[in-house]
Formats: sequence, C-alpha cells, structure tokens
Amino acid sequence: MSGLGPHAAYILASYALAAIIVGGLVIHAVLDYRTQRAALQRLEASGTRRRSAGPVTGPQA
Amino acid sequence: MIRYANPTRFLGLASWLIPALAGLAALTLAVGLWMVFAVAPADYQQGETVRIMYIHVPAAWLAMGCYTLMALSAIGTLVWRHPLADVSQKAAAPLGAAFTALCLVTGSLWGKPMWGTWWVWDARLTSVLVLFLMYCGVMALWNAIEDPARAGRAVSILTLVGFINIPIVKFSVDWWNTLHQPASVIRLSGPTIDPSMLWPLLVMAVGASLLFIALHLMGMRNEILRRRVRTLGLLAAQREDTAAGLAEAGPTR
Repeated sequence: MSGLGPHAAYILASYALAAIIVGGLVIHAVLDYRTQRAALQRLEASGTRRRSAGPVTGPQA
Repeated sequence: MIRYANPTRFLGLASWLIPALAGLAALTLAVGLWMVFAVAPADYQQGETVRIMYIHVPAAWLAMGCYTLMALSAIGTLVWRHPLADVSQKAAAPLGAAFTALCLVTGSLWGKPMWGTWWVWDARLTSVLVLFLMYCGVMALWNAIEDPARAGRAVSILTLVGFINIPIVKFSVDWWNTLHQPASVIRLSGPTIDPSMLWPLLVMAVGASLLFIALHLMGMRNEILRRRVRTLGLLAAQREDTAAGLAEAGPTR
C-alpha cells in the first residue's frame, strides 16, 4: 500500500472499480445464459419447436 | 463471415471460442497486472498515479472500439440484413457503456490528484460523456421496441448518427485546447511513451480486448437464445389459441 505513494487510494479505487465492473459483466452474462437456456429447454420440453428445427420425433420429456 | 451468418453455426463456434478467449484474456491480464505493479516504473512527474493509465487507456480504446463495432454492425443490419448484425449491436451496447463508465470514473480518479479536480467540461471529457449517453440511448431504444427486427433498424440509424462523435472524441485533444493530454500512443509519428510503460500498457490493452471479445460473444449467444425463447413463446401461445378456438367450435362431422 505504502509502495503506491500518497495517492494509493485513487489507484486502488480504480483497480477495484475495474474488477467490480468486469466481474459484474461476467456474472450477468453467465446468469443470463443459464436463464435463457432453461427457458428454451422448458419450451422445447412442452413440445414447441421452431419450424427450422424440423418435425418433432419421439415422445417429449 | 457469411458462413457464420447462420445462428446455429455461430453457437457451435462460440461454444469453444468463448472459453478459449476467456482463458487467454485471464492469462494476458494476469501477466499485464504483474508488469504494471512489478515491472513498470513510476512516472517522473505523476509518480505512482500513472498506474491508473493501465486501466484508463484500454477502457477508453474499448469504449471507442465498441462503438465502431456497433456502427459496422449497423451497416450490416441496414445494408445486408445480416442475421447476426443486430444481435452483435445489441450485445455490444452494454459492454460499451460499461467500459465508457470505467474510462470516465478512472479518469476522474486520475484527474483529482494530478489536475486538482474530478471533472472539467473540456472537449475530451465532454465528448466521452456524450459517448456514454449515446450508449444509454441505444440501450433504451432497444428496450422501447418489442420486435427485434424493427428495433434493430431503428437502433442502426441512431448508432450511425451517433458515430460522428467518435472522431470528435479521438481528435478533440488536437482540435481544441483541453486539460486532457494529447495522444501519446496512437499517433502517426509513433508513440511518445517510454517502452518501459508502453509494453505493460499494450499487454493490458490486449488482455482487455480479449475479454471484450469473449464477453461480446457471450452476449451474442444469450441474445440468440433470447430470440429463440421469444419465437417459441409466440408459437406456444398461437398453438394454445388455436386449440381454444377448436374447443369453442365444438365437435365437427
């Protein structure tokens, strides 16, 4: 800490903010992916298919 | 490019590219941070505060680079109707806003001990603030229009109009008398910064760029899935309506 001189608080605040913003972006992207994938699986399990996905074959679980 | 216009093919590519880029970004940023705190010297005038530069400058480059990417995607949407172009635009906007906010706040944290003020309304700082507001406007417009295709076209026009701000940000320090220092890395006559500081800066910039690309691909993947969920939700609702209509009509001979 003392190695960063009298303005250590400004330097550390900058790096802490960068870590918070990057961490927030990563966590948001991962959680959003899980949410969308779960919603998609739920809809597909109910028997709904996109036309481009082709005809449904076999039982829907 | 055209080959990966197919969202399903893109998802296959993203499934291995995202972890590879994320791992590479983490490694590059770790090396960069070691260079910043263990190798790079303090500046003879600014002292240790120069270490803020290693986040502030890559964040500023990404803030402008992200908007340029959005403008290129906007052209892809309006001219070629590329199916992934508006997905790319939508995924990039929050990342651009985040890196612009990081640039603004780290700039303030650097400015206070060096300039004696958190903020001045000079051309560079003001144009970067306008860039942040543009990102916010683009995100608001995406959320204001429900149909993604219509929203994509409206956002593309707004993005291209707002692109005028990018050269203003870049050249503001040359065109006007600003408190912000002029460019010292990306210059026609070459960088004026000492190699002992330039290399850590470039490593941090490469790491941040890899991180940005990984996050952008993650955002695009999420947006493709969101659109599939929306389409399937509409199809499911349509199916329920049809079934209800048939039930109301009663049995037919």
